[in-house]
Amino acid sequence: MSSATTPPDSDPTGRRQVHSMLKLYYGMNEEGKVESLDPCDINGPHFDPEVYLNKLRKECSLGELMDHESCTVKQIRSLDSDMQTLVYENYNKFISATDTIRKMKNDFKKMEDEMDCLSANMAAITEFSAHISGTLQDQHAQITKLSGVHTLLRKLQFLFELPARLNKCLELQAYAQAVSAHRRARCVLQQYSHMPSFRGIQDDCHVIMEQLAQQLRQKFRDGGSSAKDLSECVELLLQLDEPAEELCDKFLSHAQSRLEADLQGLEAELIDSLVTDTDILEFIDRGCNEFVSNLCLVIASYQELFINHPQEGELLHVFVDTLAARYFSLVERRIQEEKGVGDNSLLVRALDRFHRRLQAISKLLPGSAVPSQGTEIVVRAARERIKQYLSALQTFYHDSLTDVRQALAAPRGATSKDATPSLPELLTSLSNFILNQLKSVLASVHLFTAKDITFSNKPYFKGEFCSQGVREGLVVSFIKFICQSSRQYCESAGDRGGSTPPALLLLLSRLCLDYETSTISYILTLTDEQFLVQHHTPVTPVTALCAEAREAAQKLLNHYVKVQGLIISQMLRKSVETRDWVNTIEPRNVRAVMKRVVEDTTSIDVQVGLLYEEGVRKAHSSDSSKRTFSVYSSSRQQIRYAPSYTPSAPMDTSLLSNIHKLFSERIDIFSPVEFNKVSVLTGIIKISLKTFLECVRLRTFGRYGLQQIQVDCHYLQMYLWRFVSDENLVHFLLDEIVGSAAHRCLDPSPMEQSVIEVICERG
Amino acid sequence: MEDDAPVIYGLEFQARALTAQTAETDAIRFVVGTQSLKFDNQIHIIDFDDENNMINKSVLLHDAGEIWHISGSPADKAVLTTCYSKTSESRVLTCAAVWRMPPEWESGSHESPDDSSNNPQTLELLCHLDNTTHGSVACVLWEPMGDGKRVISLAENHVLLWDLQESSTKATISSSATLEGKGQLKFTAGKWSPHHNSTQLATANDTAIRGWDLRSMSQIYCIESAHGQLVRDLDFNPNKQYYLASCGDDCKVKFWDVRHINEPVKCLEEHSHWVWSVRYNHSHDQLLLTGSSDSRVILSNMVSISSEPFGHLVDDDELSDNEESQQEDKGKEPLRDSIIATYEEHEDSVYAVEWSAADPWLFASLSYDGRLVINRVPRALKYRILL
Repeated sequence: MSSATTPPDSDPTGRRQVHSMLKLYYGMNEEGKVESLDPCDINGPHFDPEVYLNKLRKECSLGELMDHESCTVKQIRSLDSDMQTLVYENYNKFISATDTIRKMKNDFKKMEDEMDCLSANMAAITEFSAHISGTLQDQHAQITKLSGVHTLLRKLQFLFELPARLNKCLELQAYAQAVSAHRRARCVLQQYSHMPSFRGIQDDCHVIMEQLAQQLRQKFRDGGSSAKDLSECVELLLQLDEPAEELCDKFLSHAQSRLEADLQGLEAELIDSLVTDTDILEFIDRGCNEFVSNLCLVIASYQELFINHPQEGELLHVFVDTLAARYFSLVERRIQEEKGVGDNSLLVRALDRFHRRLQAISKLLPGSAVPSQGTEIVVRAARERIKQYLSALQTFYHDSLTDVRQALAAPRGATSKDATPSLPELLTSLSNFILNQLKSVLASVHLFTAKDITFSNKPYFKGEFCSQGVREGLVVSFIKFICQSSRQYCESAGDRGGSTPPALLLLLSRLCLDYETSTISYILTLTDEQFLVQHHTPVTPVTALCAEAREAAQKLLNHYVKVQGLIISQMLRKSVETRDWVNTIEPRNVRAVMKRVVEDTTSIDVQVGLLYEEGVRKAHSSDSSKRTFSVYSSSRQQIRYAPSYTPSAPMDTSLLSNIHKLFSERIDIFSPVEFNKVSVLTGIIKISLKTFLECVRLRTFGRYGLQQIQVDCHYLQMYLWRFVSDENLVHFLLDEIVGSAAHRCLDPSPMEQSVIEVICERG
Repeated sequence: MEDDAPVIYGLEFQARALTAQTAETDAIRFVVGTQSLKFDNQIHIIDFDDENNMINKSVLLHDAGEIWHISGSPADKAVLTTCYSKTSESRVLTCAAVWRMPPEWESGSHESPDDSSNNPQTLELLCHLDNTTHGSVACVLWEPMGDGKRVISLAENHVLLWDLQESSTKATISSSATLEGKGQLKFTAGKWSPHHNSTQLATANDTAIRGWDLRSMSQIYCIESAHGQLVRDLDFNPNKQYYLASCGDDCKVKFWDVRHINEPVKCLEEHSHWVWSVRYNHSHDQLLLTGSSDSRVILSNMVSISSEPFGHLVDDDELSDNEESQQEDKGKEPLRDSIIATYEEHEDSVYAVEWSAADPWLFASLSYDGRLVINRVPRALKYRILL
């Protein structure tokens, strides 16, 4: 109490301090609260008034002491009043508590009486309950027995009712129910069949079930029902212990008739498709959706039904194989109809679908040959496709050549100056056309090996298709075809009057040469890259193809030289053969045919120059055109034809031939030429001049005839040397011509060289 | 096995006409006619001594003109025909005549060669095959294996069949045929077929080959465009009656079965210029000789279309031993048709080749510069064919 009065606390925090003080007093010390041990703390428990006072007196001034004193007095006063209030409050509460306790004492007395009464009642209830359970014991056992009897009776009733129920099921065609009911009862009936009543039931049931089986069989035999019904039927029959083999047969024959209907539908569509032009994808779709899915269904249900009869698996294989064979033949017929090469994707997609659906069969029926046969069909189709593409390419090539031919024919007409493409343009456009076409074909064929196509990872499509099919069968064959057809131009044209325009020969020759140098290796590299050709099987090497192309180019160019040479030869020959050389007049002009020869040679030179490089020629002397040309220029002729009548003797011959060799080298007239302009022109001029020589040798000349030949030869000399690789060749041949003419001359008096020159320069 | 070297003989004039002396079966003898406008032309009779590999020659004068074609009688070895050109009044005409060699030439030739050449003997004219109405004669053909009484001359576009009477001193036209139509109709060559009792003739004009029946003097077949250009020569297979070889300006040699004239049976293209002459070997028809203006003579072995197609195949290795001349073996061809040899002894165009009538393994070729070359079939091949 004393501590409560002493604390001189200020008002704002006073209440709390009062509370804590009270708590302290009642021992309700708050834990954790650190109690101040300071003896100067006026509110602390260890307050020491003496120390406190001493401290104040030591530390504070008088004024402060005065203030402190008044403050303390004020605090004491407020504490006194607080204490008074508290005392009043506590008093009131105490009085009310006393009242409550008094009232409780009364209440408890009444409750005690009621509790006594309750326990008395409970004792009475317990007694009654024991009594009741004692009486009911017997009846319970009786009820249990009765309910047992009841269930037995119900079972019996089921048995007795079974025949009727089965009949009813039969009427309602609820076969499944009937069979399950019968199955349930069968064992029991079997067990108690020695009892006459059960026996009767069993017999009845037998009869009914027999009837039911009969009906089922009938239904099964009719076969009109759906596949699901059918399999249900079979299932029931199996449960009725029908023989499995027979069922198998029947089941399959039914399935067969249905699948055959599908096939007939397909066949009808196949025939239709020839008329109505439905695409192959639709056809395959229909085949897959109807036939293949039905077939799968049959296989699945068969296997489900006859799972316990493994020996019947063989039967199923045979069944599937025969039907699939028919299906395949239809599909193959349809694929064969697919001849248009425009869009390959449709065919590939169709084949893909076809192939994909067959995989289902392989899952259902492991060991079956059907999927592999399907793959074979796809392979065959792919092969066929490649062949078709090859022939399409070949046709395209022929067509483009026809175009080129027409374009070449055009300049002969009205529009010779412009509007018609020049040879190099034709060449590039032709080779671009071919290359593009080849590329597009490759792209089409490439669809076969696309990743998302199921059959693309078959070994055939990975290996043989790429190497043997595409590379050899398509690309290499096409290149070979180009070479071969080019060669044919050489062979046919020679005999049948040269229907091929020479410019085309030149063009093709250049084309083949280009193929040799670059295009072939480009195409083959492209193919190898696109198709990742693995060289398991030996393939035609690039070099072999290049050699072939080069050979073709050579042959074409040779032929070109031959054809052009013949054209000029023909002019020369006509001009020599048709003239009366004995009675001709003194030459005043170069004959027109010689001018024509030079003109033609010049135009050939231009034509060849468009496609072939210049080539090398032997250095020629600057005075080529001025070279004199005398009838008896060469010494051998002087020796040989000197007007001396020497006897013929073998020793002379060897001398003569030696002299010969000094002056002439053997000239091959129709010899292969090189791939350049000079060589080509040399070839043509050689052929022409040799013809001229041979024709001259067959004629007899008068004096002026010889002179005309001299003039003509000089004119040729002036213009032709520039075209050839070795001008000595021209000199030699022209010398021979003039020499031969002189020998064939009745009155060989050659013309003055200066006169010849004047005539030639005059034109 | 070394083959004998070729024997070369030079004439001082240019020459185109060569024939084997058909009636002579003992001596190997060729007859060459020269071409010269300025000097007297000659006929050189060349005897080849096979054992000594030597040539004996006799020269006879032929002063009628330059000789374009020469042909010996099959019955009388002294009788021959020539086609020669005659210039008269600024006009050149090729005529034909039957000549007899003077009986002394043979004895004269065996003395000193200088004597004979200094004093050459002249041919004795038997008769002219008068062609003034028909134009220039291209060639004269004797009836094969005949009695030397019948000849055919081809003049421009006429086929004239002559009967020689009174020891060939008189010639009368017994029948004739004329080729009519468009284009170049002048005959360039002809051959009297030795088959069918000598009733057939084949002629060439321009690019066509025609067959004639001499009994009716009518055409029996015609191979239009047989060659790309002019047909230069023909020869009948001596053993296969329907087979015919032809050559021409397209550098090709073609073999025909005249029963199937649409396509040639075979075609050779080995020469590099016009082929002027083609000759079957008289005994072994697989051997074929061609001469060309590329100055080459080629001997081919056409086994596949010969009358003895399967016998005696030629072994390439053995053949290549024959270094007589350059070999171009084409052994890979089916049935081993092959070129046996290419002979390059000539420097100028070869216009005529001929097999010897006496020795089936020997042949001569003549080039324009007057060089006559006598060659033999390579010995290895010869034995292969014989054995």
